[in-house]
Amino acid sequence: MYVAVKGGEQAIENAHTWLAEERRGDVTVPELSVAQIREQMALAVNRVMAEGSLFDPDLAALAIKQSRGDLIEAIFLIRAYRTTLPRFGVSAPIDTETMACDRRISATFKDVPGGQILGPTFDYTHRLIDFKLAADGEVDAVPERPADHTTMPRVADFLNREGLIEEAPQVDTEPRDLTREPLEMPADRALRLQALARADEGFTLSLAYSTQRGYARNHAFVGELRIGTVDVQMDIPELGFAIDIGEITVTECESVNQFTGSKTEPPQFTRGYGLVFGQTERKAISMALVDRAMRWEELGEDNVGAPVQDAEFVLYHADNIQATGFLEHIKLPHYVDFQSELELVRKLRRDVHRAQSQEAAE
Amino acid sequence: MNAQHEEPVTMDQDYNFAYLDEQTKRMIRRAILKGLAIPGYQVPFASREMPMPYGWGTGGVQVSAAVMTRDDKFKVIDQGADDTTNAVSIRSFFQRVAGVATTTRTADATIVQTRHRIPEQDLVEGQILVYQVPIPEPLRFLEPRESETRKMHSLEEYGLMHVKLYEDISRHGHIATAYSYPVKVEGRYVMDPSPIPKFDNPKLGDCAAIQLFGAGREQRIYALPPYTNAVSLDFEDHPFEASKADHPCGLCDAQNSYLDEVIIDDAGGRMFVCSDTDFCTMRQADGHKGKDAA
Amino acid sequence: MSNDALLSVRGVAKHYGAHIGCSDVSFDLFPGEVMGIVGESGSGKSTLLNCMAGHLAPDAGEVVFDTRTDGPRDTLQMSEPERRMLSRTDWAFVHQHARDGLRMGVSAGGNVGERLMAVGARNYADIRSTAIDWLDRVEINESRIDDRPTTFSGGMQQRLQIARNLVTGPRLVFMDEPTGGLDVSVQARLLDMIRSLVRDMGLSAIIVTHDLAVVRLLADRLMVMKSGHVVEAGLTDQVLDDPQHAYTQLLVSSILQV
Repeated sequence: MYVAVKGGEQAIENAHTWLAEERRGDVTVPELSVAQIREQMALAVNRVMAEGSLFDPDLAALAIKQSRGDLIEAIFLIRAYRTTLPRFGVSAPIDTETMACDRRISATFKDVPGGQILGPTFDYTHRLIDFKLAADGEVDAVPERPADHTTMPRVADFLNREGLIEEAPQVDTEPRDLTREPLEMPADRALRLQALARADEGFTLSLAYSTQRGYARNHAFVGELRIGTVDVQMDIPELGFAIDIGEITVTECESVNQFTGSKTEPPQFTRGYGLVFGQTERKAISMALVDRAMRWEELGEDNVGAPVQDAEFVLYHADNIQATGFLEHIKLPHYVDFQSELELVRKLRRDVHRAQSQEAAE
Repeated sequence: MNAQHEEPVTMDQDYNFAYLDEQTKRMIRRAILKGLAIPGYQVPFASREMPMPYGWGTGGVQVSAAVMTRDDKFKVIDQGADDTTNAVSIRSFFQRVAGVATTTRTADATIVQTRHRIPEQDLVEGQILVYQVPIPEPLRFLEPRESETRKMHSLEEYGLMHVKLYEDISRHGHIATAYSYPVKVEGRYVMDPSPIPKFDNPKLGDCAAIQLFGAGREQRIYALPPYTNAVSLDFEDHPFEASKADHPCGLCDAQNSYLDEVIIDDAGGRMFVCSDTDFCTMRQADGHKGKDAA
Repeated sequence: MSNDALLSVRGVAKHYGAHIGCSDVSFDLFPGEVMGIVGESGSGKSTLLNCMAGHLAPDAGEVVFDTRTDGPRDTLQMSEPERRMLSRTDWAFVHQHARDGLRMGVSAGGNVGERLMAVGARNYADIRSTAIDWLDRVEINESRIDDRPTTFSGGMQQRLQIARNLVTGPRLVFMDEPTGGLDVSVQARLLDMIRSLVRDMGLSAIIVTHDLAVVRLLADRLMVMKSGHVVEAGLTDQVLDDPQHAYTQLLVSSILQV
């Protein structure tokens, strides 16, 4: 006797209960706290904040806990939560020149005013599994020096003084808001950068890598990479002036790229730009390279047909929440469509058989 | 069945009514109104991230949320059935965030959200049918670029659409599109009716209910106002055919409903039953009995 | 606009920055007439062709076409829908590379039928028989109707492109080096075919080529372009047999030396 796909409700409830149990794992092992994730899985938290487009380390840590460490699932939780938040206003643009830098390096100069600050980086660690860490995670005290709150000049500006690098293009029009308006093509640079800032790290990395390997090559130097905290200010209409409403950590990368010059422009360096929430330097550098590659048209470069030059392709496929949802939706029942295909294939096959037997008869 | 859904459920007070904030709902309503004003035209809208994945009905959910009132009676079907997992999930979402009454009866519902089917029972004035749409662009698989397909719509350049049908006939002898079968709306826009089987296409046109189509990931809303003309594309000498499995329903003996084919044993035994569970249940309650009914 | 001209081009100019694409080009084309535009690569002949056909927006000038419904109209002032409609009904454009003018993933029959369907043909059998008729006219065997152009030789692809363009009975055909890139023997056959089609259908055509043999065979009149300017124009035989401008003389002598 046919049993329809009944009991869906009960099945879903059971699945949820089981999922909760699996999430917790062995109950004899102490449970992770949100604070532990926030403090000790900080780079995962950063990625979730960046691609979730919401700066809230505690919430991101909670999402990671809830998603069992599946970061795309955690990003999804943050995005869905973000939808429910009312928008009170818009902050002033952050000024990264006033950043209190934890890390600041330039690959294009041996030294720069403000100094090279290596900061907490994996760069020169030997990638050897540290078995000691399995036993205890005690750390040595780090030598400190008092923070100096001078502004940190931008490396690109030094080049700019000689006119060796293009002026950062100034746009006075209000940028469109990706989270409030549908993405429509062609997308200007502000919109492309917004999309890239929340784009999947892996996708962005691979696209950037493809430019390095010759698919729309635009040889890039890390002009400057800086990570640190900046103040967020907002105009309060009732007060009539801007006040600090908080502080966020961001990673900013400005790439310096070759440019051979065009009919109207002499040879000079050009820029790519990346800005991402949290300490997320792989993403920020990737973003700068992809940004630069997508500027081929305004710079009068050839479209060599590289994937990264196709802004429509990049922007429509960079968001991992869109991608994973659509990919995974093929798990949903499709039996109605499948049935109609089944009928069609049967019909077409009948026709072929009929034609064949007719031929055989003749 | 499912009589427990007939009563309104208490709403989760942590969320605004129907999850979305009022500003967002207004934005979606504007898109819906524009869609109704230009039947078949895909209106871009700023789709929000919803608490279910893209591709799982976020467009339909946002449209339902935008049109829903506290007095509505909500029905959700997936593959024609009320109790498929995703239909259950979406129904319980609205019970939680809107506290709205739900039903499985097509006739009782004021809003029906659907994936892949149009109910067998004729809809009436005052009802709203909300479709979940994965790919709203009927030209997408002929032309991947959105900037180009929008131009093709605006210039009414649909020759390519018929080239596809021509190629089908020249290769197979038939138009080989079984679902998502494109229609031309009021002689102007070519529209993807969402992946409903082509059997359902005749119900799109001249329908008494409002039909709204939401594509969340692709950020598009489109609509068919009541009694809109929607014609399935075809050739004069290869007319459109709304086909289905050539059987009656094994449970309710319906002759003209869309059927699921269900494999019932290892020996390849199968039976055909209505895909529309409410339609089938109602017929059985009225005493209709198919050859496989218990 | 001169009386009875099908196409009247006035003062068309296109610049790329400081570089001149083409400058101050004017001429009339009469029904049934074939105009050849010759010059070496970079002379501006393709720029001019693309400006006239609506593929490029010129900086200045008029391209007035004698439309069926409204009489003479400047096509540059038309809305894009109007211009696209024109280019799939009364106009045709034959690209140098057949793959630019064909849908390589669509059968030969579908390629020929597309323009018919674009203007409303909805009878499969009629579309198919028209396609068969046109394949025959361009000497492609009917048995190839369901094959894709990717399986065709270069010459066949080019003939298919011509069939696809002429099926709606256009009045004006733009051709951009239609025989370029083909073997000499294939070229001769194609030229012969174009010539008889143009004559039989009474087509007007503008043919851009660097090959003087092509214009001698096809064109009634000739314009010679150099550095974006028309340096000489006249009846084909007259210009080729008695070239006045030094550049034309050079062109003619270089072809004669071969």
